[in-house]
Amino acid sequence: MKQSASQTVGPYFRIGLIYGEPQNDLLKEQTVGERITLTGTVFDGDGKPMTDALIEIWQPDANGIFNHPLDPLCKQADPHFRGFGRAETRNAGRYEFKTVKPGGRDGSAPYINVHVFARGMLVHALTRVYFSDEPAHDDDPALNEVEPERRHTLIATLEGADEASTYRFDIHMQGEDETVFFNP
Amino acid sequence: MMGESVQYNWLDWKVQPPYLHPAYKSTAKRSPSRPLVPLTQSLSELTGPVYGHDEIHPLDNDLTKNSVKTGEPLGERIIVTGQLLEDRGKPISNALIEIWQANSAGRYMHKVDQHDAPLDPNFHGAGRTVTDQNGVYRLITIKPGSYPWRNHLNAWRPRHIHFSVFGVNFLQRLVTQMYFPGDPLLPLDPIYNGIPDEEARMRLISTYDHDVTMPEWALGYRFDIVVCGPRQIPFE
Repeated sequence: MKQSASQTVGPYFRIGLIYGEPQNDLLKEQTVGERITLTGTVFDGDGKPMTDALIEIWQPDANGIFNHPLDPLCKQADPHFRGFGRAETRNAGRYEFKTVKPGGRDGSAPYINVHVFARGMLVHALTRVYFSDEPAHDDDPALNEVEPERRHTLIATLEGADEASTYRFDIHMQGEDETVFFNP
Repeated sequence: MMGESVQYNWLDWKVQPPYLHPAYKSTAKRSPSRPLVPLTQSLSELTGPVYGHDEIHPLDNDLTKNSVKTGEPLGERIIVTGQLLEDRGKPISNALIEIWQANSAGRYMHKVDQHDAPLDPNFHGAGRTVTDQNGVYRLITIKPGSYPWRNHLNAWRPRHIHFSVFGVNFLQRLVTQMYFPGDPLLPLDPIYNGIPDEEARMRLISTYDHDVTMPEWALGYRFDIVVCGPRQIPFE
């Protein structure tokens, strides 16, 4: 069978996709791990903030375990952390997630998977967030597929350490600093 | 570990629309311009959020009932049903499907939509459901109206329902639109025609199904959705 074709989420996705408990807050009171804020602005090719984008993230828990049956360590996954989040960019094109810093598995670099959806995108874009203060980037198979001068577009920078560390990860659809997107 | 050796098909670019499709104007500044980087699929792509039926409220799949304030929403009631499948034909059960749409007059319940058509206080236009053990979903809604947009002069979107689908992992994530058979706006629509392959375009058009239609109550449409599945890897 052939795949169904993708179509844009359009400008009105919040009607159907933003509901219930805030989906950009992945934390529960009992969630284990270092609490972080992941935030950034989504820019179009003119450098203008995109105020109607949808960002979805998927990540393992603080120990690097996915809350999914395919993960052999699934039974040890933090029961208070699903690992999926969804945020819309609003007025200033900014999104924000409250989550835990994912663990790296067996010393590998931790990262978060990201899907970008928006009006003007017939297909979502796939990228990843790595962390500026984590090691092992040089050994990461995905980063090694990326030209060295573009790798910084995949690395969130630590901004401050208030009650929760804030990592900034801007997404540029085009331009000099165009974010690296993977074949989805 | 078995699970980690499984690889899934990627999006099939013979079927999927490109990021840049000049007829759809907003793609110009929102499409990645550099080549996409190939990824070796790891556990992070082969896993994804797990949903269950307990997260769905009983009226979530009935858009004619889930937001009533003063009475029934206006317009033509319809039943939309179909199956969610992997490309090798295997049904996907327990998958979350979310939909949203304009009301029967072609207006969205959204502040950005200023089309001069009436809002319906009894129709929010959002619903969701989880597929059963055979990958089947069923939704009750109102047939959405067409509406103008500003892509070009006299641009009108064909009637459509937005579908958001989660399969079993991050790679199966799909957002698409369901169209209606015989819509005269389809050949004119840059979003629909962004799909490069005619058969792939046709597959986004639901089919009228008289067996789904319920007597004295509502017409039925069938819309199956296919997402990427595991790749066949020959034994060595």
